[in-house]
Amino acid sequence: MKAAVLVFPGSNREGDVAQAIELVTGRKPQMVWHGDGDFEKTDLIVVPGGFSYGDYLRCGAMAAQSPVMVEVRKRAAQGVPVLAICNGFQIVTEAGLLPGTLMRNAHLKFVCSDVHLKVETSQSLFTNRYQAGQVIRVPVAHAEGNYFADEETLKRLDDRGQIAFRYCAPDGTVDGTGNPNGSIRNIAGVFNETKTVMGLMPHPENAVEPMFGGCDGKALFEGLVEALT
Amino acid sequence: MSGPHMSGKGVGLEKSPPVKLPNEPTITPQIVAEHGLSPEEYQRVLAIMGRTPTMVELGIFSAMWSEHCSYKSSKVWLKKLPTKAPWVIQGPGENAGVIDIGDGQAAIFKMESHNHPSYIEPYQGAATGVGGILRDVFTMGARPVANLNALRFGDPAHPKTRHLVSGVVAGIGGYGNCMGIPTVGGETNFHAAYNGNILVNAMTVGVAPTDRIFYAAAAGVGNPLVYVGSKTGRDGIHGATMASTEFNEDSEEKRPMVQVGDPFVEKLLLQACLELMATDAIVAIQDMGAAGLTSSSFEMAAKGGLGVIVELDKVPMRETGMNPYELMLSESQERMLIVLKPGREELARKIFEKWELDFAVIGHLTDTERMVLSWHGDIVGNIPIPPLVTEAPVYERPWTLTPLPAVLDAAKVPAPKDWRASLLALMSCPDLASKAWIWHQYDHLIMGNTAIRPQDGDAALVRVNGGHKGLAMTSDCTPRYVQAHPETGGRQAVAEAWRNITAVGAKPLAVTDNMNFGNPQKPEIMGQFAGAIMGMAEACKVLDFPVVSGNVSLYNETEGRPILPTPTIGAVGVIDDIAKSVGSRLTQAGLGIVLIGETAGWLGQSLYLREACGREEGAPPPVDLAVERRNGDFVRSQIIMGRVEACHDVSDGGLVVALAEMSIAGGTGMEIGPPAGNAVPSHAFFYGEDQARYVIASGSADDVIEAAEAVGVPAVLLGYSGGASLVVKGLLSLPLSDIKTAHEVWLPGYMSATE
Repeated sequence: MKAAVLVFPGSNREGDVAQAIELVTGRKPQMVWHGDGDFEKTDLIVVPGGFSYGDYLRCGAMAAQSPVMVEVRKRAAQGVPVLAICNGFQIVTEAGLLPGTLMRNAHLKFVCSDVHLKVETSQSLFTNRYQAGQVIRVPVAHAEGNYFADEETLKRLDDRGQIAFRYCAPDGTVDGTGNPNGSIRNIAGVFNETKTVMGLMPHPENAVEPMFGGCDGKALFEGLVEALT
Repeated sequence: MSGPHMSGKGVGLEKSPPVKLPNEPTITPQIVAEHGLSPEEYQRVLAIMGRTPTMVELGIFSAMWSEHCSYKSSKVWLKKLPTKAPWVIQGPGENAGVIDIGDGQAAIFKMESHNHPSYIEPYQGAATGVGGILRDVFTMGARPVANLNALRFGDPAHPKTRHLVSGVVAGIGGYGNCMGIPTVGGETNFHAAYNGNILVNAMTVGVAPTDRIFYAAAAGVGNPLVYVGSKTGRDGIHGATMASTEFNEDSEEKRPMVQVGDPFVEKLLLQACLELMATDAIVAIQDMGAAGLTSSSFEMAAKGGLGVIVELDKVPMRETGMNPYELMLSESQERMLIVLKPGREELARKIFEKWELDFAVIGHLTDTERMVLSWHGDIVGNIPIPPLVTEAPVYERPWTLTPLPAVLDAAKVPAPKDWRASLLALMSCPDLASKAWIWHQYDHLIMGNTAIRPQDGDAALVRVNGGHKGLAMTSDCTPRYVQAHPETGGRQAVAEAWRNITAVGAKPLAVTDNMNFGNPQKPEIMGQFAGAIMGMAEACKVLDFPVVSGNVSLYNETEGRPILPTPTIGAVGVIDDIAKSVGSRLTQAGLGIVLIGETAGWLGQSLYLREACGREEGAPPPVDLAVERRNGDFVRSQIIMGRVEACHDVSDGGLVVALAEMSIAGGTGMEIGPPAGNAVPSHAFFYGEDQARYVIASGSADDVIEAAEAVGVPAVLLGYSGGASLVVKGLLSLPLSDIKTAHEVWLPGYMSATE
C-alpha cells in the first residue's frame, strides 16, 4: 500500500500517522506539502491531525481551500480512499467530502483522553479487521470534535450504514457517559456514501503499540493494507 | 545593504555620538526610576557611557540590568551549585542545559518561570511561558519531545483563584497542544501565600544529536545578523523590568506589558529552524525572549567577544510609527536572531519564506565590542558591550538564615478519631486531589512516545525516537518544607525529584532549577534563597545530580506579602530499555506490598498536620542524602532486575496516601498492616512524611527483602494486593470506589462552581 500524508502549516500529527503506516507497511509514506497539487499517485490519502493554519478562522476552513485539497477532492471523486483524522476530519467536512460539521466540545475545553469506540460496521476498507459491535480503546485530543448534522442527514447516515464509530462506555453501552465532546448520537467517525472516505476524531495512529496506549488502532491500518495492497 | 554600515569594522561609528530623535525626552531622575534603575546604578551607566544616555540606551541598561536578565541578587549564590558531571555537555549560561544520554544523543532542557505575566493575564502569560521555554530548547538544535509545568495557585477560596487556574491551564494547553509537543507531567499546589503571586514554571525537554548542538556565541566579523519569525509589535515592552518588581494594587494596569502568543507561528518557526539547522548555514542562534532584541543581540555579541551593528529600520514591524526604543525593548513572541555564515542568506531566506515567516538581514558583526544602533542612517545608540556585562551590578544582599523550628513530637499530634474520614479528607484536599481536570486539557499523547502518562507513575516517561531508550522527567518542590527550613526544603526538593526518576526505574542525570522567591532586599527572603541553595547544592553533590540550567524569579510579593519559597526542581533521567520501566499503578492481585526505607513517624510540616489538625508547624522531615542514595539505588536495581510490578515514592500525605494512590490508579485493593514490632504510633506511621521511602509491589517480595537486608536497606512486608478495598488491619477498610470518588471530584467540582 502506497500512502500519502498531507502536511499543512500547523499540522502536527502527520508524524504519528506516518509512523503507524510505516509500522504496518514497512515503508514510509510520502509527505505532501499543502501547496503541492500534483503529488504522486497513491493508494491512500491521509489528512492528519493538527491545527492547520492555526485553526484561526474555523477549524479546517482554510486548509479546505488549499491547492492540495483541490486535488484530493478530484482523486476522492475517482475513488481514491481518504482517511481523515481529527483536524483532517474537520478539513474534509469543510471541503464537502463528508457530511456534517465539528463544533466546539460541549464542555468548551480541549480533551485528551482514552475513549472507547463501538465499531458500527466491519463492511469498509477501514474497518474490515474489526467486528461490528466490537469495542476498541483509542485516544482523542481535540477542542472541536462535537459532531453535528441535521436530522435528515443523520437518518440518511444511519440508513446507509455511514456511521463508522460511536463513542461508548467500556462495556459498549452507547450513552452520555462515554461521549467526550457532546457529539450528536455519540458519532465519532463517518463514511461518505461509497465508504471510500472516512473521517474520525479519535487517533487510531496513537494506539498501535502495546506500551504506548495499546494496539486497538493498529487493525485499522492493517485492514487498509489488506484492502489496498 | 549600503552606506557606512557595510564597514565590517564599524570604523568611525563608535566615535559618533548618537543623534537625538524628535520628541525624545530628556532623561530625568523620574525616568531613571521608572526604568527600575537605582540612583547608584544610574551613576554606573553614566560612568560607562561617559555621557547622558539616549532613551534607547537607558532602556537597554534597564533591561540588561533588571533582576530577570542580570541575576544581580542571585548570582553569588547560584555559583555554589554543582554544575559538572562527565555526562554534562553544557551547564548553565546557555539557552538550556545539555546532557549526554548515550548513542550520540543529547537531552536539552530547562525550566523557566512566567509568574508575573500569568497573574496579570493568565491565558497569554502561561501560553507565552510555554512558547518561551520551547524556543530556548529548539534554539539549541533540539526537537522538543515533552513539556512539564509546575503551578502554584492561591487559596481555592480566594476570589481570583478559579479564574487563574482556568486561564493558566487553557493557556498552557492552547500553546503546547497546537505546537504538537506532549505535556506529560508537572505538579499543582494551592496555598494562600500565592494569592497575589501565582507561579507558572514551564519546562521543555528536547533531544538532539550530540554533534548538532547550536550555541549563542557569535563569531565572524562581517557575518550577517538575521531576524526571523514574527514581526515586532508594541507588546511586552519592559516585561523583564516588570518581572523584577513587587506587585501592588495597580499591578493589573500592567496588562499591556504582557506578551501575546501565537503557537501557530511558533510551530512554523520550529519547523523552519530545524530545517535551517540541518544545513551548515548557522554560526550562532538565540531566541528573543525577555528583553527581546536587546538581550539576544547583546548576549550573542558578548559571548563571542565581538561588536554588532543593528539597523533597526530593517526590523520587520507589525505597526507603523514604532521607534528604536520600542523595537529594542519589545517582547513580541516567536522571533529568533541568527548569525549566518557569509553567503548563506539566500538559502536561509528561502526556508523561512517557504514557512511564510519574516526574514530580514538587520545588521552584522563587528570587531568593535560595541553595540551600535542605527535608524534610517543615523546612529541612535552606541554602547560598549564588555563593561555593560562586567560592570553590571552584583549584590551580596544581607541575608538571615531561617532557624530550624523545634521538632514536633508525634505523640503531641492527635490521632484521627475516624480513620476513614481522615484518609478521604486527605485524598480530596486541594494539594492531593487528582489533577486529571488539568492534564486532560493537555495533549499528552502526541508523538506516540508517552510510555508513562500523568498520574500513572512518579515520573513521566517518554521514548526517545527510534529506539528502546526512555527519558524520565519530573518536577518537584515541597514549598511548606522550604518555608519551615529552607536548607532542608532545598535538599528535599532535589531528593524527591531524584526519587521520582528512580521510582520508574530510570537513572537520574541532571536538574534544572526554577528559583521562585519574594523580595531579595529583605534579609529573611535572601536567607531563604541562600538556605535553599545550600541544601540543593549538597543534595546535587551527593546524588551526582548537577544543575545544568535554571531561572530565578524574585519579587514574588504583593503588598509586602511573599510567596512560600519555591525552588522548583525539574529533573531528567534515562532508562536504556523502556520495557523495564514501572509505573505506580497496582493492577495485579497477590503481590507483596513492601515498604523500603525507615519510618520514624515524622509529622512536622506534614499534610496530615495541616489538613486534619489545621497546623503548619514543626521542623520538616530531615533528608539523609546517603540513605536517600542507598535506598534509591537499591530500588532501581530491583526494578531493572524485573522484580517490581509497581513502585511509588512516599511523599505528601505519607504511607497510607501512597498506598491509596497505587490502588485507585490500578483498580486493585490491598490488605496491609504495620510490620510486627512496630513501635511508631499508627497515625505517625501511616501519615508521617519520612523521606527516602518507596512502596513497591512485587511477585517475589521475599527475594526483594532478602536483597535489601544484604545491602542494609530497611524493607518490610506490609501485606498483599487484592480485592476492591484498601484494608489497613485494625484501622480502616475503604472501597476503592469511595477513595477514587473523593480523589477525583474536588477539582472538577471546584472549577465548575460559580462562587
